[in-house]
Amino acid sequence: MSFINYSSREINCKIVYYGPGLCGKTTNLQYIYNKTNPEAKGKMISLATETERTLFFDFLPLSLGEIRGFKTRFHLYTVPGQVFYDASRKLILKGVDGVVFVADSQIERMEANLESMENLRTNLAEQGYDLDKIPFVIQYNKRDLPNAAGVDELKRLLNPRAVPDFEASATVGNGVFDTLKAIAKLVLTELKKGG
Amino acid sequence: MADQQMVMYEEEFRQIAAICERLTREANAKAVLLVDKNGQYITSNGETGDLDTTSLASLAAGTNAATNGLAKLIGEKDFPNNFLEGEKYNLHFSIVAQRAILVVMFDQRSSLGLVRLRVKRASEELANIFGAMLQKAQSQAQGAPFGEITDDDIDNLFSE
Repeated sequence: MSFINYSSREINCKIVYYGPGLCGKTTNLQYIYNKTNPEAKGKMISLATETERTLFFDFLPLSLGEIRGFKTRFHLYTVPGQVFYDASRKLILKGVDGVVFVADSQIERMEANLESMENLRTNLAEQGYDLDKIPFVIQYNKRDLPNAAGVDELKRLLNPRAVPDFEASATVGNGVFDTLKAIAKLVLTELKKGG
Repeated sequence: MADQQMVMYEEEFRQIAAICERLTREANAKAVLLVDKNGQYITSNGETGDLDTTSLASLAAGTNAATNGLAKLIGEKDFPNNFLEGEKYNLHFSIVAQRAILVVMFDQRSSLGLVRLRVKRASEELANIFGAMLQKAQSQAQGAPFGEITDDDIDNLFSE
């Protein structure tokens, strides 16, 4: 849950990037890190294996500016996508304010996408959250690959509720900031409602 | 259920900061940090000039979450106190009121025994403040201070 500090006039929110292994969650954060002004970001932390697969999480603190005198800070986290790291994924969802689901557009990863989406719903429910009620956006990543499935097909399978969704190629940055802005807006709108 | 949103007010913040200041002194600590269990930095005291407190908060929360995951695997409720021993510096973590993590960083000027003793008292005092803070947050108007913001305010954040 967000943390409002009247003393330091800050509001802190937690956003988690979720999705199957190798879908590009860490790549999203790396792109954001590389393209953000030094004064608006903290250090990016990656707890990864020797082969650069996420072991526990990546973490990137970002400052977005002020709203009514309150500094807005977003803490971006990724989960480890590989199936057997489920215990770690559950831990990272604790206290989440908004979720980005990064789908891998490649046709052969469709089953992995669906499995990860179902896993997200289950793990959120264990923490007391309902995926249909929290700020949530979907990113169809790897649109630049020749074996990418059609967007209509991806929408049909992964986005039946028609939440905000974005096409992306995270390695070159397409769609990365659109996705981030959308989830940040949803989180702030939810705060406004008193969520 | 999901945790309730944490709201920190001026008065409680001052009380918390005073406890952290006293703990730093009485435990001969290099630094004391208080972080939310979800990884949000709350406050710190001592020699924190070179410390990346934001990262430390996030990693402390991750460590705590993983340790509690281990506890549950072996049938324990949690491990409320943890100690990491290094060559020069040591870290002591303790859970406060199920909401926050009190981190004490110390070197050879102090000892684990002293830190544990001082942390115990500080934790109890902090737990009382957190209890009062949660009650206060529940009784305040929902959505404050964001209840008054407009969609334009939010849009302006993203204008290039």
